[in-house]
Amino acid sequence: MKAQYRWLPWLFLAPALVIAFLFHLGPFLNTIVLAFTDATTLGGGTFNGLDNFTSLAQDPQFWTSVRNTVLYAVVVVPLLMLLPLLLAVLVERNIPGIGFFRSVFYSPVVASMVVVGLIWSWLLSSDGAVNGVLQALRIVQEPLPFLTDTSLLLLSCMLVTVWKGLGYYMVIYLAALGNVSKELHEAAQVDGAGGGRRFWSITMPGVRPTMFLVGLLGAIASMKVFAEIFVISNGSAGPGGQARSLVYTIREVGLGLSGEIGYASAMSLALFVLTIGFSILYLRSQRSEQLR
Amino acid sequence: MSTMATHNATSRSAGSNGKNPPHRKSASRTRRKAVDYAIRYALLIFMFILLAGPFIWQFGTSIKGPTESIFTANPFPNQPTIENYTAVAETIPVFRYIGNSLIVATSSAVLNCIFASLAGYVLARMKFRGRTLVDVLFLATIIIPFEVIMVSVFLTSRSLGLVDSLLGVILPAAATGLSILIMRTAFQALPREIEEAAMIDGASDWQRFLRVALPSVRGSLVVVAIFAFVFAWDDFLWPLVILKNPDNYTLTVGIQYLSGTFTSNQRVVAAGTMIAVIPLLLLFFGLQRWFFRGVGEGGIKG
Repeated sequence: MKAQYRWLPWLFLAPALVIAFLFHLGPFLNTIVLAFTDATTLGGGTFNGLDNFTSLAQDPQFWTSVRNTVLYAVVVVPLLMLLPLLLAVLVERNIPGIGFFRSVFYSPVVASMVVVGLIWSWLLSSDGAVNGVLQALRIVQEPLPFLTDTSLLLLSCMLVTVWKGLGYYMVIYLAALGNVSKELHEAAQVDGAGGGRRFWSITMPGVRPTMFLVGLLGAIASMKVFAEIFVISNGSAGPGGQARSLVYTIREVGLGLSGEIGYASAMSLALFVLTIGFSILYLRSQRSEQLR
Repeated sequence: MSTMATHNATSRSAGSNGKNPPHRKSASRTRRKAVDYAIRYALLIFMFILLAGPFIWQFGTSIKGPTESIFTANPFPNQPTIENYTAVAETIPVFRYIGNSLIVATSSAVLNCIFASLAGYVLARMKFRGRTLVDVLFLATIIIPFEVIMVSVFLTSRSLGLVDSLLGVILPAAATGLSILIMRTAFQALPREIEEAAMIDGASDWQRFLRVALPSVRGSLVVVAIFAFVFAWDDFLWPLVILKNPDNYTLTVGIQYLSGTFTSNQRVVAAGTMIAVIPLLLLFFGLQRWFFRGVGEGGIKG
């Protein structure tokens, strides 16, 4: 179909392109440039070569952020690859009431992370429900300091991320499960394979590409983690700010009181490299999958 | 694990060895089916408690008066009260925040629908020089995480005078790459013949887009609108960055502000979170098939 006027496509594209340039592509180029300057929110911004990056290399706060962010992915990604798949298997079959359960399981996805974070920071507080249950079951004597111990705080945030994501990845897996051969399952059952065995040998290989995809989505989401940590720690990122993520630190450094835009931009580039790194890993593994 | 499988497997194995008398076979089948159901529902209820429990618990806390314990296992009070909700309204300008969130989320939904369907239509249907470049540019906006460019977006917004305005919250997400991708895919799936017929009838490009193509992709428009609305309503990081004056906060930032600054009263915080989440849960339960379709169209590609 030929356009009647040569400018018409551009007229249609104009609003989307303006927004893409103003708020995505322009700022991206700007981030790259600023990363090599000493710009602050007040102005300035002279070229200072690799200074920001050499400072980053010696900045313990930066390394804490990177460590926590990578740790986040290491814990969250495997859980998000496996648990929603089990949940999808559970809700796959059309038994009475299953639509209700599917919807309820999805509802944490719809809620804002602020809401979810506030609910869980109450549940996880020293006199909250989680400690109440653990004490009632005599698993612990004293309440666990979920919100005041750096490692436990980080772990709590990770579990909240998984809790909120379960329903989303469940729906993605449900679509994939439709393509797993029913005949294979039946044949295996005739041969006496139990549920666990069939899950391991038929379901998992059947949804393998989807598991990789979920892994990638989970890894990218982990790189961007912010709201969980901010809300659950009430803005402090734990004692001494030790539970900080990269995005937390970028915001604090670049948009906080000191407003070190240049330095924060260098940090942003590090975040970009991490995110893209995971995507490339994913594409590589996809390609080797296809070659197999 | 499915009923069909159990059914077939049992009858097949019975057919091959035929040792068991028929009535015993059917009795054990029924029993196994019952056990299977019981286990399934037990697991479903366990997951229900795990995933819906925190919301129910929080709701219960939000309607408990000061005399009722919020530390007992019983989530619901003997005498429900709305005093915590009025306390929220007395502490923060919550109606203003609701209004701000509604403006932001609705504008985001409308703008995404308009801008993404215009752009998606061009990319699906029109041939012009620079098309590949435009494709790559929109793809780049999907690949570059917002968190990476956030600081620079703030600078741009500041030079445009958008700091502390709702427009500043809305504009960066007013035409997301994901919305464009969804609309483009939807237009590509339409048969070309109808539009070609309209062209022969003398319809202009604009008429073809508005009268013929657009009505056929209503479903995808709904998906784009819902996703944009929910994303904008739930978003926290960007409004937190761009809004400085507490009067201009959206609901998510306002609720965090309530809990972080004003009160350690768990009942009031609970009421605040309920105000933020109940409208969305209603929206979700009313339009759930569109949400699930959205995950299929957007999530898997995005």
